[in-house]
Amino acid sequence: MNERGASGWLKGYAVGYLAFLYGPVLLLPILAFNDSAVVNFPFRGITTRWFGQLWETPALHQAVVNSLYVGLSSAVIATILGICAARASARFKFPAKRGIMGFIMLPLVLPEIIVAVALLVMLMQFGLDLGLWAVILGHVLLCTPFSIAILTSAFLNLDRSLEEASLDLGETRLGTFFRVTLPLVAPGIISSLLISFTISFDEFIIAFFLTATEPTLPVYIWSQLRFTSRLPSVVALGCLLLVMSLVLLCAAEYFRRRAMRRAGPASATGGYL
Amino acid sequence: MSQTETPRRPIIELDRVEKHYGDVAALAGVSAEIREGEFFSLLGPSGCGKTTLLRLIGGFIEPTRGAVSIDGKPMTGVPANHRPTNMVFQSYAIFPHLNVFENVAYGLKKQRLDRAEMRKRVEDALAMVDLAGYGARPSHALSGGQQQRVALARALVMRPRVLLLDEPLSALDKKLREQMEVELRHLQRHVGITFLLVTHDQEEALIMSDRIAVMFEGRIAQLASPEELYRRPVSRRVASFIGVMNFLDARLTGEAGDSLSLDVAALGRLEVPRDQAPGGVNGGQVSVGIRPEMLTILFSDADRAEREIEGEVVDVNYYGDMTYYEVRLPGAGTPATISMRNTAGRRILREGTTARVGWSPASLVVLD
Repeated sequence: MNERGASGWLKGYAVGYLAFLYGPVLLLPILAFNDSAVVNFPFRGITTRWFGQLWETPALHQAVVNSLYVGLSSAVIATILGICAARASARFKFPAKRGIMGFIMLPLVLPEIIVAVALLVMLMQFGLDLGLWAVILGHVLLCTPFSIAILTSAFLNLDRSLEEASLDLGETRLGTFFRVTLPLVAPGIISSLLISFTISFDEFIIAFFLTATEPTLPVYIWSQLRFTSRLPSVVALGCLLLVMSLVLLCAAEYFRRRAMRRAGPASATGGYL
Repeated sequence: MSQTETPRRPIIELDRVEKHYGDVAALAGVSAEIREGEFFSLLGPSGCGKTTLLRLIGGFIEPTRGAVSIDGKPMTGVPANHRPTNMVFQSYAIFPHLNVFENVAYGLKKQRLDRAEMRKRVEDALAMVDLAGYGARPSHALSGGQQQRVALARALVMRPRVLLLDEPLSALDKKLREQMEVELRHLQRHVGITFLLVTHDQEEALIMSDRIAVMFEGRIAQLASPEELYRRPVSRRVASFIGVMNFLDARLTGEAGDSLSLDVAALGRLEVPRDQAPGGVNGGQVSVGIRPEMLTILFSDADRAEREIEGEVVDVNYYGDMTYYEVRLPGAGTPATISMRNTAGRRILREGTTARVGWSPASLVVLD
């Protein structure tokens, strides 16, 4: 086979691969405007009815609010915990450091269902009521390892003499943390917040086990799938979520690049993707 | 050297300072006084403890034993942000998220100066390091030399009692380094602040310092002025660390009052005053050191020297302004290095030539 033929094959493979990855996703907006009660082809006409329906479903709004609440809380808590752990692991030597860090990172590879069942059993044992706070607890457990992984590289990239220079110039340790350390790892923090939020926002298993009467968005969507008539509006919802995540991603990338320009190439902490 | 100036009072006092990391002693008992207003260098190979000592004075680490005091005040337990010292870091440590002005103003922000006062002090500091008008530059747009100047301005604007410099020139290329050596020296004279420099470059230390402490393995091997260090090293190790030194085996044959009698390989029997053995002698086998420029090749028959020997030129290294000859002296093990300035009309000898070499007992140093 000549080189041209090989590159033709590779091109075909690449196109096929991308189509498989993004085809279904791209189908979403098309189907969302289809004027038919069942999701199928051919098109019967264009409508924004399904979007309108979303607007008129209070249960959905509540689910979105729940998810935002859980996502933001988990992201903030996981990132704060991540900052502490990453800073400690990047800066200090302490006994059993590897073991401790290993245990913190474990949820990264632990099946979610195990975490979910374990949490459920434990909370029941303690006689605690389930609810969004329990979901947040589970999501923090899930997000913290990601947060630590991202932030450790940010802290490792930070030149230690910068903090020493700040101390040397009369600033306190706390002041140094806020005036030097935080601004320089800010891209990592934004990155951690974003990834934690995304993980929490679309997490299903833990949320399903631990929410009592307040479903998060994925749990709500799952519950709607049982009714065929609701399917088009679920597709429309998926379409909105797609647009939202694209906007979020672009914004994050914009901030990261701006931070990199300001901090110079020395403090680059890598992209989100 | 008999100078009549009054001895300046010590600004830093080190009292038997030790620093251990586990079983390793980075500093094994250092005592010294650094005087107010002097340019003091800690010179030594990497791992000799010089940087540890500097960081200890800056307050980044605490000594395991012993005490540091600055300006008469004990510094035990005083962190870096409360010490009257400021540091120029080896990496410069310019804050990348701040521009030049904000970098220099960083430490002043804590002092609650009014805006005009702060602006004036920052601009004065920038002007002092030839960076007037650079305030608005982002710090990543600076060259290595400019970053170093910002680091200097940022430290000097704090008006420290002592400025600590951690190998500040090592990241610069040769030309810029030589230029900065002179500038730093001038700057130090101008501001009158005590400078404490850490370096592994003996030339740098000789050019800039009033006094130098040569350190090996966590101890000060010799503390002296550049001239004394070069001319009267106390040990073979110091002698070979500072510049080039030829060593000849010798035997101490007698000590009488203020003079030592020696039998030196290649040079023969001679007597020198005791102060040419600054490190003392313990009798028996000793070494005699002589600098390459203290040996002279006598080119014409008319040239005369106090003492003369003959040797064979075994290697010639031409440097433009200087020529370095390796000359085998009868009775000496390794060939001696002799440096000759290439003055007008002076020829360059070839390998294999026999040369007359002139020397003087006064330029020898006896080492144990």
